Amino acid sequence: MTPFVADVLIPVGKIVAVILYPMVMVVVMIWLERRVVALMQGRLGPNRVGFQGVLQPVADAVKLFFKEDIIQRQADRLLFNISPLLVMASSLLAFCFVPLGEPIRIGTYTLTLWIAESPVGLLIVLGLSSISVFGVIFGGWASNSKYPLMGALRSVVQVLSYEIPTGLTVLTVAFLARSMDLVEIVRRQESSGVWYGFLMPVSFIVFWISAVAETNRAPFDLPEAESELVAGYHTEYSGMKFAYFYMAEYAHMVLVSSLVVILFFGGWLPPFPGVRALDFLDVVPGFVWYLVKIMFFLYLYVWMRATFPRYRFDSLIRLVWKWLIPLAFVNFLVVALVRYLR
Amino acid sequence: MAFNEIELNMGPQHPSTHGVLRLKLAVDNEVVVRVEPVLGYLHRGMEKLWESLTYVQVVPLTDRLDYLASLSNNLAYVLTVEKLAGIEVPRRARYIRIVLAELQRLASHLAWAGFMANDIGAMSVLLYGFEAREEILDLFEAYCGARLTVHGIRIGGVVQDLDAALVSRIRTVLSRIPKRLADIRALLDENRIWKERTVGIGPITAADAIDLGLTGPALRASGVAWDMRKDVPYSSYDEIDFEVPLGRNGDCYDRYLVRLEEICQSIRIVGQALDGLPEGEHMAKVPRALRIPPAEAYHAIEAPKGVLGFTIRSNGTDKPERVKMRSPSFVNLQSLEHMCVGCLFPDVVGILGSLDIVLGEIDK
Repeated sequence: MTPFVADVLIPVGKIVAVILYPMVMVVVMIWLERRVVALMQGRLGPNRVGFQGVLQPVADAVKLFFKEDIIQRQADRLLFNISPLLVMASSLLAFCFVPLGEPIRIGTYTLTLWIAESPVGLLIVLGLSSISVFGVIFGGWASNSKYPLMGALRSVVQVLSYEIPTGLTVLTVAFLARSMDLVEIVRRQESSGVWYGFLMPVSFIVFWISAVAETNRAPFDLPEAESELVAGYHTEYSGMKFAYFYMAEYAHMVLVSSLVVILFFGGWLPPFPGVRALDFLDVVPGFVWYLVKIMFFLYLYVWMRATFPRYRFDSLIRLVWKWLIPLAFVNFLVVALVRYLR
Repeated sequence: MAFNEIELNMGPQHPSTHGVLRLKLAVDNEVVVRVEPVLGYLHRGMEKLWESLTYVQVVPLTDRLDYLASLSNNLAYVLTVEKLAGIEVPRRARYIRIVLAELQRLASHLAWAGFMANDIGAMSVLLYGFEAREEILDLFEAYCGARLTVHGIRIGGVVQDLDAALVSRIRTVLSRIPKRLADIRALLDENRIWKERTVGIGPITAADAIDLGLTGPALRASGVAWDMRKDVPYSSYDEIDFEVPLGRNGDCYDRYLVRLEEICQSIRIVGQALDGLPEGEHMAKVPRALRIPPAEAYHAIEAPKGVLGFTIRSNGTDKPERVKMRSPSFVNLQSLEHMCVGCLFPDVVGILGSLDIVLGEIDK
């Protein structure tokens, strides 16, 4: 392989891929959500644009692209303009650290399926996903309007509260894997032969509930509660800026699902590693297993949205402070103790 | 105004004000301090308009009041005119009216179940309710060709006779509703989030409810057994056996349960009315140009949303001198503030949903 290909083409290709991959997943997710929710409710959902309506999200994005971009007079223009970018960029940036599979060997060259591997990859991803809160509060504040402001305030309280159980459960995984490197965490699950989700079901459940709350999805979708706050923090946005918020929300969901799969369900590993009879499962590329697992969690998001009513704000906060944080803390202590004794 | 208070304008362009209602809210850290409904965005001058139309011409316009229950509006107006003119309605027509009015109640309550659940965030229930309602609207279409603004009840009777084919079709549709109702109840009844959002929210005592003029399912949820069909029977309702479901606490959850139970009772009523459908005419002899000598009459019925009454004064011509309407949504709305003060801002939406208002009859 020539140095030009190895040093220039492949990195550029990877950069393009890391932007395209979340975008494609977002499109798939928006389509999946609209179709699945529709089918659960006895409707058809979008089925006109492209095969079974898969191109509907693309058509919507194109429509938004041509919409007038409205900035109301009393808005803070700088913050108003950068907040959609902040939300979008932080989500996309986190994907650089998300590994999609084991490195592939092409001749002498090793193609890694991630852009950056860091010994503290887990922290960086969590940190980046928290930065999007700034986008939300800037957006709500800069709109200079009451509904967005209330949405933004709710969002900040909600995300900050739910960060605590998230952090506590992520720590248990780091304990077991003795690493904060996302690639290393998956490899540890391979060598120990059991996925951490089955080893620590409490960690997984607490992490999943907190993750749904952090992505502002039903039944925790209070910051953008349609029936109360119209559209929450992005009420005043239109056109592409609105589309940025919208896509970032879905990108965030994809990111969280990826994290759940990597931390608790063995990333790209095929299921049932110990069973001899199921060895043929190894033939399927790891990336496919990875996608299947992510799709399962994305489906879970959709399923929850179609089923549950919305929490009220005070019970949402009560849930995290009275149940999730104590539970996560006890779970953390138990894991730490077991780890120490073994 | 206190230091922490924010004045919040909800509507007229807000996703959950059911049309063009505007609420001026004062909230103190999301706790509601004041609620002031601002009306008139859908005002069409109906009552004045009716003074320039003949008695018969008014009927189709009543469809546009509570557009989720047009047949109930027809019935209330038509009964008042009949009382004023002394028209005796054939027994078969009275039974067909019961069938139509109760089907309308089913359609209205099913739509309401969806709206209220959607306000609280359970979006699937909206579609489940609408799916069931759709079949009832199809029945209306089969009966007289219209679905929403039906205009099926005329002065002196009903527009068409009910034939055997339609009767059996009504029975099939009714037999399917309990299954759909069970779907809704399985999603909501014991749901923790749903109960947190409705139990103890927006309570009103029986005494307060009576003082504020609350009627319909909202009143019965507070435990007051007042149903015009039972207590002031009209249109042969006295020949039908049914129960009046009552609540105890008068909160959103009881209002929800009472309406769902009313759906079951309505199915029972329609079944009985179809069983006992007498032979005879479906229309009384009514003069083409109906002239009513000077008099005044009031008649009220139990519409899906509460007591719906009309006062009509005649002056000897073929047009009413004055029509005054007592619309249940309008009167029920005045207890909103009583229910909302002290609760949290998101609950306003749920309470408004549990009251079941339609702007078409609030603004007239």
